[in-house]
Amino acid sequence: VENVRLLDRLSSRKAALGTLYLTATHVIFVENGSETRKETWVLHSQISSIEKQATTASGCPLLIRCKNFQVIQLIIPQERDCHDVYISLIRLARPVKYEELYCFSFNPKLDKEEREQGWKLVDLNEEYNRMGIPNNYWQISDVNRDYGVCDSYPTEVYVPKSATAHIIVGSSKFRSRRRFPALSYYCKENNASICRSSQPLSGFSARCLEDEQMLQAIRKANPGSDFLYVVDTRPKLNAMANRAAGKGYENEDNYSNIKFQFIGIENIHVMRNSLQKMLEVCELKSPSMSDFLWGLENSGWLKHIKAIMDAGIFIAKAVAEEGVSVLVHCSDGWDRTAQVCSVASLLLDPYYRTMKGFMVLIEKDWVSFGHKFNHRYGNLDGDPKEISPVIDQFIECVWQLMEQYPCAFEFNERFLIHIQHHVYSCQFGNFLCNSQKERRQLKIQERTYSLWAHLWKNRADYLNPLYRSDHSQTQGTLHPQMAPCNFLYKFWSGMYNRFEKGLHPRQSVTDYLMAVKEESQQLEEELEVLRERLANLQKSQLNYNEVNSKQQDRSKQLGLSTSNNSLANTPQEYSNDLKSFPSRSPSQGDEEDSALILTQDNLKSSDLDLSANSDQESGVEDLSCRSPSGGGCLPSEDSGKDSDEAVFLAA
Amino acid sequence: MEFAELIKTPRADNVVLHRPFYLAVEGTLCLTGHHLIFSSRRQDNAEELWLLHSNIDSIEKRFVGSLGTIIIKCKDLRIIQLDIPGMEECLNIASSIEALSTLDSVTLMYPFFYRPMFEIIEDGWRSFLPDQEFELLTSVTDEWRLSCINKEFSVCPSYPPVVIVPKSIDDEALRKVAMFRHGSRFPVLSYYHKKNGMVMMRSSQPLTGTNGRRCKEDEKLINATLRPGKRGYIIDTRSLNVAQQARAKGGGFEQEAHYPQWRRIHKCIERFNILQESLIKLVEACNDQSHNMDRWLSKLEASNWLTHIKEILTAACLAAQCIDREGASVLVHGTEGTDSTLQVTSLAQIILDPRCRTIRGFESLVVREWLQAGHPFQQRCAQSAYSNSKQKWEAPVFLLFLDCVWQILRQFPCSFEFNEQFLIMLFEHAYASQFGTFLGNNENERSKLKLPQKTMSLWSWVNRSEELSKFQNPLFEANSLVIWPSVAPQSLQLWEGVFLRWNRPSKFLDEANEEMFNIIKYNKELQAKVNALRRQLAEMETDDRMQENL
Repeated sequence: VENVRLLDRLSSRKAALGTLYLTATHVIFVENGSETRKETWVLHSQISSIEKQATTASGCPLLIRCKNFQVIQLIIPQERDCHDVYISLIRLARPVKYEELYCFSFNPKLDKEEREQGWKLVDLNEEYNRMGIPNNYWQISDVNRDYGVCDSYPTEVYVPKSATAHIIVGSSKFRSRRRFPALSYYCKENNASICRSSQPLSGFSARCLEDEQMLQAIRKANPGSDFLYVVDTRPKLNAMANRAAGKGYENEDNYSNIKFQFIGIENIHVMRNSLQKMLEVCELKSPSMSDFLWGLENSGWLKHIKAIMDAGIFIAKAVAEEGVSVLVHCSDGWDRTAQVCSVASLLLDPYYRTMKGFMVLIEKDWVSFGHKFNHRYGNLDGDPKEISPVIDQFIECVWQLMEQYPCAFEFNERFLIHIQHHVYSCQFGNFLCNSQKERRQLKIQERTYSLWAHLWKNRADYLNPLYRSDHSQTQGTLHPQMAPCNFLYKFWSGMYNRFEKGLHPRQSVTDYLMAVKEESQQLEEELEVLRERLANLQKSQLNYNEVNSKQQDRSKQLGLSTSNNSLANTPQEYSNDLKSFPSRSPSQGDEEDSALILTQDNLKSSDLDLSANSDQESGVEDLSCRSPSGGGCLPSEDSGKDSDEAVFLAA
Repeated sequence: MEFAELIKTPRADNVVLHRPFYLAVEGTLCLTGHHLIFSSRRQDNAEELWLLHSNIDSIEKRFVGSLGTIIIKCKDLRIIQLDIPGMEECLNIASSIEALSTLDSVTLMYPFFYRPMFEIIEDGWRSFLPDQEFELLTSVTDEWRLSCINKEFSVCPSYPPVVIVPKSIDDEALRKVAMFRHGSRFPVLSYYHKKNGMVMMRSSQPLTGTNGRRCKEDEKLINATLRPGKRGYIIDTRSLNVAQQARAKGGGFEQEAHYPQWRRIHKCIERFNILQESLIKLVEACNDQSHNMDRWLSKLEASNWLTHIKEILTAACLAAQCIDREGASVLVHGTEGTDSTLQVTSLAQIILDPRCRTIRGFESLVVREWLQAGHPFQQRCAQSAYSNSKQKWEAPVFLLFLDCVWQILRQFPCSFEFNEQFLIMLFEHAYASQFGTFLGNNENERSKLKLPQKTMSLWSWVNRSEELSKFQNPLFEANSLVIWPSVAPQSLQLWEGVFLRWNRPSKFLDEANEEMFNIIKYNKELQAKVNALRRQLAEMETDDRMQENL
């Protein structure tokens, strides 16, 4: 469709004219005119809702909301076209078969071996070995070999050595969806562990000997402690209501030596509505400070984030400080339990704060234990009531921790944002389906690629420059402030307003420091070369011409290094009064904006003379042209810069 | 008066000091004329706490048996608690602190007694003189002149002795204009935008009154700043409603009929007690440790602090936009032209002028646009967030300005030569200081108090390399562009460095800053080494060549 206008949400004056394309996998908007032909790519699987609004004089508006929080507002001149696009998108955004998803057609031009290699990057058995398991207390169990006991669990589960197959099967029959207690994290320093399960089918009075033995076995696997925490992550009221349906929670009288604890995290429906409310606030057009803060509070979002963090902190404390094992469950044990176990692991073990470790953590607590990715993130058309931002909340918890511990994580914010993006993108097979069983049936590993390999390949983009493996923040357990520090939880505009670049800091400290570090590395190399050359020169005085020319090459190379000098920064609409100023008739509106940007570019080049006041010889000029603005070089998976993707589509 | 009269108990032993995030420490408390000194005698960790009496905002006392407790709330927002054994000692100390922290005579303040322990390299009182500023101006334009009309502070008591005005307007006209403006604050030059020759001026409101008085000289003066055929903007920092109401009290605003070349824009920036209450509410919310997440956000919202930040920044951005983008000159005023006006003119300069983002340039900005421009520091900063007395003149106008600067700094972390600590330091010294810089309400008072002769300037201390290194931003790279901050609520944050400074553990953030510093330091060292080697190589090569030629 031609002559479509893409509106800028922040400023109604800026609208880009271009052509809209629909392909089998993407919506693509290509701007007319400008030589750059700016492109906006949106994966169908990212579309969360499409809204056709009332036709106006200028055309028919179409509003596309995406699961990665992008909001696209198009105006299509012809009502008919708009309707066609709308109908097509509704169908395309709601695939009914897995085979329709992007990952089955996505081909990053890797051969079979590379693909297999990619899937092997994260190996959970290796991870349990890293924890020190199997050992005297824990072993791998093949009781779920053919998914015979629990179809949402992995085939390989780690259980206490003293838990026989009989106990496990017995316990599984007493647990919702047969999700029996299994090991999530083991702390080899003090033998304390985190186990996870679903709620017991206790109703008002039911008991199960095997289940009691199972918990006993978990407690005994930690000989240093004489009790076990059982943490129910639901609000008490919800758990009690479940008793009427024959479910419920552990009765302290029936289980020997447990301490039972509720930590109220709301259910998926509350969370879905909360996010919805927060996104409405984010979408407000020029909100006042009160609108924003009031809306943020009203959404309850940060309160929920804090509840998840508090639960994670409680468990990490029990394990690290008290040396007590913890069994965590909620209702089915695949949402809140996954959030809480992974937050606790992240606090406890610095390994999970590395890039590789974080991939392992998601693979362990989310993918393998049957977090229902397909249902929660609506990959296939399904029940909208099943959709909920469960992993989004976990990802935000990590970001909140990163804000409090800037040196503790090997990866940066971008890493989190890209993982969130790919949970919804269906470009890689990792997060398909609802369980390991389904993924194996679909032969995901043979037919799709792994996100982890993709991220690992580009890991330079995701590094936190402040991370040092020998820094104190990267050692041991993190102890976040518990109760009163509510103000530590902040709105994450980098995620929820991620596509409104105008709202973010215009200069990225992370990118700047990465550039500096990269340059330091080059300098180190050059220093080596120079030293060598100097030594040679001192020995024999030959070949200086060659040396000289080489040196010049070097310095040129260095000068080019990391410069990216686009501070494309234009003022917002600070006042509505300005627009109607009478004396400026000829150049108003859109033209004016582009003209202004041009003048700024001109200004920039002329101003370089001012800033580059360093002498050419010293090499300081290398620094002065390295602008910290990361704007243009962000690897943005949706702007179509991914060359692999482009190749695929051209073919 | 002798301070000794006020100090009944100069010293108390076995006092316990409580601070958030620190273990309680036992030690000795001493009172001097200007300080409260707490020193712990613990062998392993001897430490001293020196607190200026003038930093104390309020004090509370409590008794449990014979153990007295004093809670001291400071103007820098810190709260400490001292447990003092002995009821009498405790009462004596409390009353002494109360008396010493509320001295009513300026000349009894610490700056008049402070003797610097550092070598003075540069006298800060002479670091930023109007003549130097004017010299810079004359290198780019000759349309302005330095007027000494206010030499004896006879025309405008809150203006400095010399001001910059359009060349075409003589002193006689200025006198008439002064009669037409509130507090005689006639329009003067605030900023000259080199890029396009546009200017920003500031003044107070015109005294039009209800019957629409006009003053030809005033019109002529501000029109003199316009290029032929061009128009300008008047940014009134009050809402239209407030401006209209001001007419009843003799004030008012510029009527279109009399200023046809000017377009007036009203922006609503709050004043005095509204700001003070906002600060009090905000600090209360930050110190409230009991509430849950919902209460925190609603209290933050109810304080309105961030709303004020947004309004001030928006007005400043608007002024900058008029100048840089619309190519128009701007006149900014509110009522008196000593508060919101200065917030707008100084922030606009930070947006427009890269010089103001350097340490020295920022100091110069504070001197020009706040101290010399007659912001009444002594009245505004007499009390801070914990004061019980509701006096009319207190308002965190300068703190709001610093907060706005911090917001821009946060959005452009590489464009400022100074860091957050620099801004926090200025906040502290504006409220309590050993230096005379922020004493008095205007240049007139400062000269009567003979501050340059009798006290030390803050700038003398700051501008030494030992101190400067603490305030330098390692990420700084000169950015000669105009920087347009975002004023969307998502982009504005609570300034934790000030408001949560004493309520949050800062260890991890400090470590991050240190790490950042080291990364850059290492880079610079490497560069120096590489350059040295390159030079050495080049020299050896030329030597070689010379030998060969021989």
